[in-house]
Amino acid sequence: MRCAVIVFPGSNCDVDCFHVWKDVLGQPTEYVFHKERFSAEDFDLIILPGGFSYGDYLRAGAIARFSPAMDSVYKAAEKGKLILGICNGFQILLEAGLLPGAMMKNRDLKFHCHDVYLKVGTADSPFTNMYLPGEVVKMPIAHGEGNYYADADTIERLKREDRIVFYYSDEKGNITDEANPNGSAENIAGILNEERNVLGMMPHPERCAEEILGNTDGKRLFMSILEYLEGRVKIGKSRRS
Amino acid sequence: MFNAKICVRFKNGVLDPQGAAIKGALNHLGFEAEDVRVGKLIEVKLKAGNLEEAKAKVRMMCEKLLANPVLEDFSFEVVEESI
Repeated sequence: MRCAVIVFPGSNCDVDCFHVWKDVLGQPTEYVFHKERFSAEDFDLIILPGGFSYGDYLRAGAIARFSPAMDSVYKAAEKGKLILGICNGFQILLEAGLLPGAMMKNRDLKFHCHDVYLKVGTADSPFTNMYLPGEVVKMPIAHGEGNYYADADTIERLKREDRIVFYYSDEKGNITDEANPNGSAENIAGILNEERNVLGMMPHPERCAEEILGNTDGKRLFMSILEYLEGRVKIGKSRRS
Repeated sequence: MFNAKICVRFKNGVLDPQGAAIKGALNHLGFEAEDVRVGKLIEVKLKAGNLEEAKAKVRMMCEKLLANPVLEDFSFEVVEESI
Protein backbone atom coordinates (compact mmCIF):
# COMPACT_ATOMS: atom_id res chain seq x y z
CA MET A 1 0.00 0.00 0.00
CA ARG A 2 1.52 3.24 -1.19
CA CYS A 3 2.37 5.96 1.27
CA ALA A 4 3.39 9.58 0.73
CA VAL A 5 5.33 11.41 3.43
CA ILE A 6 5.00 15.16 2.92
CA VAL A 7 8.21 17.08 3.53
CA PHE A 8 7.77 20.69 4.64
CA PRO A 9 10.67 23.05 5.27
CA GLY A 10 11.34 22.25 8.93
CA SER A 11 9.85 18.74 9.01
CA ASN A 12 12.11 16.54 11.12
CA CYS A 13 10.21 13.28 11.58
CA ASP A 14 9.78 12.64 7.87
CA VAL A 15 12.64 10.13 7.67
CA ASP A 16 11.33 8.19 10.68
CA CYS A 17 7.84 7.93 9.17
CA PHE A 18 9.29 6.92 5.81
CA HIS A 19 11.45 4.27 7.50
CA VAL A 20 8.55 2.71 9.42
CA TRP A 21 6.23 2.37 6.43
CA LYS A 22 9.01 1.33 4.03
CA ASP A 23 11.31 -0.84 6.13
CA VAL A 24 9.30 -1.98 9.14
CA LEU A 25 6.09 -2.67 7.20
CA GLY A 26 7.76 -3.30 3.84
CA GLN A 27 5.47 -1.03 1.84
CA PRO A 28 6.21 1.37 -1.04
CA THR A 29 6.86 4.84 0.29
CA GLU A 30 7.70 8.16 -1.32
CA TYR A 31 8.56 11.62 -0.16
CA VAL A 32 6.47 14.46 -1.56
CA PHE A 33 8.08 17.88 -1.32
CA HIS A 34 5.81 20.68 -0.10
CA LYS A 35 6.09 22.48 -3.45
CA GLU A 36 4.78 19.45 -5.35
CA ARG A 37 1.24 18.38 -6.02
CA PHE A 38 0.21 14.78 -6.35
CA SER A 39 -2.75 12.78 -7.49
CA ALA A 40 -4.93 11.20 -4.81
CA GLU A 41 -4.96 8.01 -6.88
CA ASP A 42 -1.21 7.60 -6.43
CA PHE A 43 -1.34 6.98 -2.67
CA ASP A 44 -3.36 5.07 -0.09
CA LEU A 45 -1.91 6.82 2.92
CA ILE A 46 -0.52 10.33 3.35
CA ILE A 47 1.56 11.17 6.40
CA LEU A 48 2.13 14.73 7.59
CA PRO A 49 5.18 14.26 9.81
CA GLY A 50 6.31 16.08 12.92
CA GLY A 51 8.74 18.95 13.02
CA PHE A 52 8.60 22.71 12.88
CA SER A 53 7.24 23.51 9.44
CA TYR A 54 8.08 27.10 8.49
CA GLY A 55 9.70 27.52 11.89
CA ASP A 56 6.26 27.47 13.58
CA TYR A 57 6.10 31.15 12.61
CA LEU A 58 2.79 32.89 13.27
CA ARG A 59 1.22 29.67 14.63
CA ALA A 60 2.35 26.07 14.36
CA GLY A 61 1.07 24.73 11.04
CA ALA A 62 -0.44 28.06 9.95
CA ILE A 63 1.82 28.59 6.96
CA ALA A 64 2.29 24.96 5.94
CA ARG A 65 -1.43 24.61 5.26
CA PHE A 66 -1.06 26.85 2.19
CA SER A 67 1.62 24.66 0.57
CA PRO A 68 0.90 23.27 -2.90
CA ALA A 69 1.17 19.74 -1.46
CA MET A 70 -1.64 20.58 0.96
CA ASP A 71 -3.98 21.28 -1.98
CA SER A 72 -3.46 17.66 -2.93
CA VAL A 73 -3.95 16.57 0.68
CA TYR A 74 -7.36 18.30 0.80
CA LYS A 75 -8.40 16.49 -2.36
CA ALA A 76 -7.10 13.14 -1.12
CA ALA A 77 -8.96 13.59 2.19
CA GLU A 78 -12.17 14.30 0.27
CA LYS A 79 -11.68 11.11 -1.69
CA GLY A 80 -11.42 9.13 1.52
CA LYS A 81 -7.67 8.49 1.43
CA LEU A 82 -6.13 8.00 4.86
CA ILE A 83 -4.36 11.07 6.23
CA LEU A 84 -2.20 10.74 9.33
CA GLY A 85 -0.88 13.91 10.96
CA ILE A 86 1.64 13.40 13.74
CA CYS A 87 2.61 16.25 16.09
CA ASN A 88 3.29 19.20 13.73
CA GLY A 89 1.24 17.22 11.20
CA PHE A 90 -1.70 17.34 13.64
CA GLN A 91 -1.19 21.09 14.05
CA ILE A 92 -1.26 21.51 10.27
CA LEU A 93 -4.49 19.47 9.98
CA LEU A 94 -6.12 21.73 12.59
CA GLU A 95 -4.98 24.90 10.85
CA ALA A 96 -6.15 23.45 7.56
CA GLY A 97 -9.61 22.80 9.00
CA LEU A 98 -9.42 19.08 8.21
CA LEU A 99 -9.86 18.51 11.94
CA PRO A 100 -11.76 20.76 14.39
CA GLY A 101 -10.13 22.84 17.13
CA ALA A 102 -6.74 24.48 17.57
CA MET A 103 -3.48 24.08 19.46
CA MET A 104 -2.16 26.40 22.14
CA LYS A 105 1.17 26.48 23.92
CA ASN A 106 1.52 23.86 26.63
CA ARG A 107 -0.03 25.21 29.81
CA ASP A 108 3.32 25.15 31.65
CA LEU A 109 5.00 26.80 28.63
CA LYS A 110 7.58 24.01 28.54
CA PHE A 111 8.57 21.80 25.66
CA HIS A 112 7.62 18.27 26.70
CA CYS A 113 9.83 15.50 25.41
CA HIS A 114 9.16 12.21 27.20
CA ASP A 115 7.04 9.08 27.14
CA VAL A 116 3.37 9.34 28.04
CA TYR A 117 0.68 6.76 28.66
CA LEU A 118 -2.30 6.89 26.37
CA LYS A 119 -5.70 5.32 26.80
CA VAL A 120 -7.12 4.15 23.51
CA GLY A 121 -10.44 5.98 23.11
CA THR A 122 -11.62 4.07 20.07
CA ALA A 123 -10.38 1.08 18.14
CA ASP A 124 -13.04 1.68 15.52
CA SER A 125 -10.84 3.50 13.07
CA PRO A 126 -8.53 2.70 10.16
CA PHE A 127 -5.66 3.72 12.43
CA THR A 128 -6.37 1.89 15.68
CA ASN A 129 -8.17 -1.34 14.82
CA MET A 130 -5.31 -3.42 16.23
CA TYR A 131 -5.62 -1.85 19.66
CA LEU A 132 -8.28 -2.72 22.20
CA PRO A 133 -10.65 0.05 23.26
CA GLY A 134 -9.56 1.21 26.72
CA GLU A 135 -6.11 -0.32 26.34
CA VAL A 136 -3.19 1.68 27.76
CA VAL A 137 -0.16 2.17 25.51
CA LYS A 138 3.04 4.15 25.85
CA MET A 139 4.36 6.58 23.24
CA PRO A 140 6.75 9.51 23.26
CA ILE A 141 5.65 13.11 22.90
CA ALA A 142 7.87 16.02 21.86
CA HIS A 143 6.07 19.33 21.52
CA GLY A 144 5.66 22.83 22.89
CA GLU A 145 2.19 23.38 21.49
CA GLY A 146 -0.01 20.37 22.16
CA ASN A 147 -2.59 22.02 24.34
CA TYR A 148 -5.69 21.09 22.35
CA TYR A 149 -8.56 23.55 22.46
CA ALA A 150 -12.05 23.36 21.04
CA ASP A 151 -15.35 24.86 22.15
CA ALA A 152 -17.69 22.81 24.33
CA ASP A 153 -20.00 21.86 21.45
CA THR A 154 -17.09 20.51 19.41
CA ILE A 155 -15.77 18.46 22.33
CA GLU A 156 -19.25 17.07 22.96
CA ARG A 157 -19.56 16.11 19.32
CA LEU A 158 -16.15 14.42 19.28
CA LYS A 159 -17.23 12.32 22.24
CA ARG A 160 -20.66 11.53 20.87
CA GLU A 161 -19.25 10.43 17.53
CA ASP A 162 -16.50 8.35 19.14
CA ARG A 163 -13.77 10.40 17.48
CA ILE A 164 -11.32 10.78 20.37
CA VAL A 165 -8.66 8.21 19.53
CA PHE A 166 -6.17 8.71 22.37
CA TYR A 167 -6.38 10.31 25.80
CA TYR A 168 -3.38 11.15 27.99
CA SER A 169 -3.75 8.86 30.99
CA ASP A 170 -1.77 7.32 33.81
CA GLU A 171 -0.33 3.82 33.58
CA LYS A 172 -3.63 2.31 34.69
CA GLY A 173 -5.69 4.24 32.18
CA ASN A 174 -7.08 6.88 34.55
CA ILE A 175 -7.65 10.10 32.67
CA THR A 176 -6.47 12.61 35.26
CA ASP A 177 -5.15 16.14 35.27
CA GLU A 178 -1.81 14.88 36.61
CA ALA A 179 -1.48 12.64 33.56
CA ASN A 180 -2.14 15.56 31.21
CA PRO A 181 1.24 16.84 30.01
CA ASN A 182 0.12 19.97 28.21
CA GLY A 183 -3.30 21.10 29.44
CA SER A 184 -5.14 19.58 26.49
CA ALA A 185 -8.95 19.73 26.74
CA GLU A 186 -10.32 16.46 28.14
CA ASN A 187 -6.76 15.04 27.97
CA ILE A 188 -7.19 14.70 24.20
CA ALA A 189 -4.07 13.39 22.43
CA GLY A 190 -5.60 12.46 19.08
CA ILE A 191 -8.83 12.89 17.12
CA LEU A 192 -10.51 11.73 13.93
CA ASN A 193 -12.53 13.69 11.41
CA GLU A 194 -16.19 12.89 10.91
CA GLU A 195 -15.51 10.44 8.08
CA ARG A 196 -12.78 8.74 10.19
CA ASN A 197 -10.16 8.85 7.42
CA VAL A 198 -8.13 11.71 8.92
CA LEU A 199 -6.30 11.27 12.22
CA GLY A 200 -4.29 13.91 14.05
CA MET A 201 -2.26 12.94 17.10
CA MET A 202 0.46 14.59 19.17
CA PRO A 203 2.33 11.42 20.30
CA HIS A 204 4.88 9.87 17.96
CA PRO A 205 4.01 6.28 16.97
CA GLU A 206 6.90 6.25 14.48
CA ARG A 207 9.34 6.62 17.36
CA CYS A 208 8.16 3.41 19.03
CA ALA A 209 7.65 0.96 16.20
CA GLU A 210 10.69 -1.30 16.53
CA GLU A 211 12.17 -3.60 19.17
CA ILE A 212 15.51 -1.84 18.93
CA LEU A 213 13.85 1.36 20.14
CA GLY A 214 12.62 -0.41 23.26
CA ASN A 215 8.94 0.03 22.54
CA THR A 216 6.68 -1.25 19.78
CA ASP A 217 3.36 0.24 20.91
CA GLY A 218 3.36 2.56 17.90
CA LYS A 219 3.84 -0.22 15.40
CA ARG A 220 0.27 -1.40 15.76
CA LEU A 221 -0.96 1.97 14.55
CA PHE A 222 0.82 1.44 11.23
CA MET A 223 -0.23 -2.23 11.17
CA SER A 224 -3.84 -1.13 11.76
CA ILE A 225 -3.59 1.12 8.70
CA LEU A 226 -2.29 -1.76 6.62
CA GLU A 227 -5.00 -4.13 7.89
CA TYR A 228 -7.61 -1.58 6.93
CA LEU A 229 -6.14 -0.75 3.52
CA GLU A 230 -5.82 -4.41 2.65
CA GLY A 231 -9.47 -4.92 3.50
CA ARG A 232 -9.07 -7.23 6.46
CA VAL A 233 -10.99 -5.00 8.85
CA LYS A 234 -14.10 -2.89 8.54
CA ILE A 235 -14.76 0.17 10.63
CA GLY A 236 -17.82 2.19 11.54
CA LYS A 237 -19.44 -0.30 13.91
CA SER A 238 -19.86 2.22 16.70
CA ARG A 239 -21.37 4.77 14.35
CA ARG A 240 -24.05 2.37 13.21
CA SER A 241 -25.08 1.33 16.69
CA MET B 1 0.96 52.83 0.03
CA PHE B 2 -0.91 51.95 3.20
CA ASN B 3 0.32 50.90 6.62
CA ALA B 4 -1.75 48.45 8.64
CA LYS B 5 -1.32 47.67 12.31
CA ILE B 6 -3.03 44.42 13.12
CA CYS B 7 -3.57 43.14 16.64
CA VAL B 8 -4.33 39.45 17.10
CA ARG B 9 -5.30 38.27 20.57
CA PHE B 10 -6.91 35.31 22.27
CA LYS B 11 -10.67 35.42 22.52
CA ASN B 12 -12.16 36.09 25.93
CA GLY B 13 -12.52 32.85 27.78
CA VAL B 14 -9.50 31.20 26.17
CA LEU B 15 -6.84 30.61 28.81
CA ASP B 16 -3.60 32.34 27.89
CA PRO B 17 -0.66 30.45 29.43
CA GLN B 18 1.86 33.15 28.47
CA GLY B 19 -0.35 35.85 29.98
CA ALA B 20 -0.59 33.85 33.20
CA ALA B 21 3.21 33.49 33.40
CA ILE B 22 3.76 37.20 32.78
CA LYS B 23 1.11 38.11 35.33
CA GLY B 24 3.01 36.01 37.87
CA ALA B 25 6.23 37.82 37.06
CA LEU B 26 4.59 41.26 37.24
CA ASN B 27 3.06 40.43 40.60
CA HIS B 28 6.40 39.14 41.81
CA LEU B 29 7.73 42.61 41.02
CA GLY B 30 4.93 44.14 43.07
CA PHE B 31 2.74 45.51 40.29
CA GLU B 32 -0.51 43.82 41.40
CA ALA B 33 -1.58 42.93 37.86
CA GLU B 34 -5.16 41.68 37.73
CA ASP B 35 -5.02 40.04 34.34
CA VAL B 36 -2.49 39.82 31.51
CA ARG B 37 -3.26 38.83 27.93
CA VAL B 38 -0.54 38.41 25.33
CA GLY B 39 -1.31 39.20 21.71
CA LYS B 40 0.58 39.81 18.51
CA LEU B 41 1.17 43.08 16.72
CA ILE B 42 1.63 42.60 13.00
CA GLU B 43 2.55 45.53 10.79
CA VAL B 44 1.88 45.24 7.09
CA LYS B 45 2.75 47.68 4.36
CA LEU B 46 0.50 47.15 1.36
CA LYS B 47 -0.61 48.60 -1.94
CA ALA B 48 -4.26 49.39 -2.58
CA GLY B 49 -6.28 51.80 -4.70
CA ASN B 50 -7.87 53.52 -1.72
CA LEU B 51 -8.37 53.22 2.02
CA GLU B 52 -11.51 51.10 1.76
CA GLU B 53 -9.78 48.60 -0.50
CA ALA B 54 -6.78 48.50 1.85
CA LYS B 55 -9.06 47.77 4.81
CA ALA B 56 -10.84 45.03 2.89
CA LYS B 57 -7.52 43.44 2.02
CA VAL B 58 -6.32 43.56 5.61
CA ARG B 59 -9.54 41.98 6.83
CA MET B 60 -9.06 39.14 4.36
CA MET B 61 -5.45 38.68 5.48
CA CYS B 62 -6.64 38.32 9.05
CA GLU B 63 -9.43 35.90 8.20
CA LYS B 64 -7.31 33.76 5.93
CA LEU B 65 -3.98 33.62 7.73
CA LEU B 66 -3.12 36.02 10.51
CA ALA B 67 -5.73 34.95 13.08
CA ASN B 68 -7.06 31.51 13.90
CA PRO B 69 -10.81 32.01 14.36
CA VAL B 70 -11.03 29.06 16.77
CA LEU B 71 -8.86 30.86 19.33
CA GLU B 72 -8.26 34.41 18.29
CA ASP B 73 -9.90 37.77 17.56
CA PHE B 74 -8.31 40.51 15.54
CA SER B 75 -8.54 44.26 15.18
CA PHE B 76 -6.65 46.61 12.92
CA GLU B 77 -6.13 50.16 11.84
CA VAL B 78 -5.03 51.22 8.37
CA VAL B 79 -3.55 54.59 7.46
CA GLU B 80 -2.31 55.95 4.18
CA GLU B 81 1.41 56.49 4.23
CA SER B 82 2.23 60.18 4.11
CA ILE B 83 4.83 61.02 1.48
